[in-house]
Amino acid sequence: MKQIVILSGKGGTGKTTVAAALVHLASQEASIVFADADVDAANLELVLDPTVQETHDFASGKLAVVDPELCTSCGICAQVCRYNAISSTPGESHYVVDPIACEGCAACFYQCPEDAIRLEVPVAGQWLRSDTRFGPLFHARLFAGQENSGKLVTTVKQQGRLRAADEEREFLIVDGPPGIGCPVISASAGADLALLVVEPTVSGVHDLERALATTNHFRIPSLVVINKADINPKRADEIAAFCQEQGIEVVSRILYDDVVTEAMVQGLPVTAFEDGAVTAELEHVWRHVRDWLAR
Amino acid sequence: MIIAVASGKGGTGKTTVAVNLALAANSANSLFLDCDVEEPNAALFLHPTLEHRKEVGILIPQVDEAKCTACGRCAEVCQFNAIAVVGQKVLVFPELCHGCGSCTLNCPEEAITEVLNVTGVLESGPAGAIQFWQGVMDVGQAMATPIIHQLKTRSLEVQPPDGLAIIDVSPGAACPVVEAVHGADFCLMVTEPTPFGLHDLRIAVEVIRDELHIPVGIVVNREGVGDSGVDEYCAAEGVPILMRIPLDRRIAEAHSEGVPVVEALPEYRAKFITLYGRIQEEVAK
Repeated sequence: MKQIVILSGKGGTGKTTVAAALVHLASQEASIVFADADVDAANLELVLDPTVQETHDFASGKLAVVDPELCTSCGICAQVCRYNAISSTPGESHYVVDPIACEGCAACFYQCPEDAIRLEVPVAGQWLRSDTRFGPLFHARLFAGQENSGKLVTTVKQQGRLRAADEEREFLIVDGPPGIGCPVISASAGADLALLVVEPTVSGVHDLERALATTNHFRIPSLVVINKADINPKRADEIAAFCQEQGIEVVSRILYDDVVTEAMVQGLPVTAFEDGAVTAELEHVWRHVRDWLAR
Repeated sequence: MIIAVASGKGGTGKTTVAVNLALAANSANSLFLDCDVEEPNAALFLHPTLEHRKEVGILIPQVDEAKCTACGRCAEVCQFNAIAVVGQKVLVFPELCHGCGSCTLNCPEEAITEVLNVTGVLESGPAGAIQFWQGVMDVGQAMATPIIHQLKTRSLEVQPPDGLAIIDVSPGAACPVVEAVHGADFCLMVTEPTPFGLHDLRIAVEVIRDELHIPVGIVVNREGVGDSGVDEYCAAEGVPILMRIPLDRRIAEAHSEGVPVVEALPEYRAKFITLYGRIQEEVAK
């Protein structure tokens, strides 16, 4: 089983559009599993028409809770908390924990002289397995303001891997999150190839450099797709030159086309929606990725 | 007044709106904080002179082997598996440590002191009349939140915003977003009128308006693409749409070169001044 992760650094460059197209094209010739690892902005499901088969609660981390009966308002908990998560409420005789600010470190739990603090394991989200006409989709919902999205990403991806291994499927395609931090590291771990989708803007160039430094840091081979390449051909050339310097191959330059948004409105991968230049370019990307992984 | 600029979905134009709002507002003593520490881009548009630089990170434990009895209490209290006792040796894993200090407090021998593990840098300096700050996380690091926290604490403490402070937020709706918008008087949400834009906007509004209780208003960017879902959602939820920016190739091209819209297309200066006025009206409500 080969694992491909779609990344970008900068958000909104077309990761999910490319991921959905690869899912559609790969499913026509191979058995695949796919996962949406952008758990706080999960969009892959919007273009794959999934039917949810399984829903599991995702419990993670700890949350401190003060027992108002036992609290004597000594204030030690608030003093030791480095996340400003504990405060006294005017008019109340006890301290309270802000569940959004609480890091779950348990420093207050161990320091409270009255044993008035307990630790709960909150349900931070759900992970789901869905059927689609392209194969099984593993995705997740992170509840509002919850942390531990890196662990939820790992869970979603691991479930996809297990399924792919069980059924001897050939490819696991992972739609990654933006940025370079914890969710990206979780989404990329174990990948055979990272496909970086970049746009030809000053921000795109800057973010690609940081995204490539990150994949290099974790020793994941990378290929680059320049999306909306005609918005600024000069910057597209600059990206190509930078990639050449770094020994990174630019697989494709996709031109801006309204059909990408039209397909999204119809809830379809763009390659299942139209038969023009964008689809031809994405077919080229898929063949290239497939052949690269078969080397 | 502190205005955060967030979005949910990435690439909808947060930085564009934040930068142009800051330039158009032209407020004395204004601050601009780029809190997208994984991919900070506002400097590419505002061209600040970065005069100050400070390494930041989290405090991680350092064990004095002369005092340590390898009792294992530190490993027992650590919720993040960042410290382990193997035989007579204590191992610290900096990349797992959240810097909470619980091991230090619980060590019966007082054998633990804390040292800074650098995970990024804060940079600041003038960009015209604007005092600019940004946080830059080191490549390979996982935790953006401590850098955002220190960026906000230092900038807002060193130079409290008697005028305007604008915070450029990262995409998504998880912990870095919560840290960046925390304490803002208003959050401007930049979206595009597409199913992806709406889906992510909805989640971000649930976090910022419903959980953090910060008033929100919408900027619809690239109006003309997509569908009417965002308009219908805003009407149903009672979220005000404060500005609409049409899909315009000239804006995309200026943006791609790092030129602020108010400079490339001067008619937008008045539009962003109007946006600032509408935000002030919303905050006054």
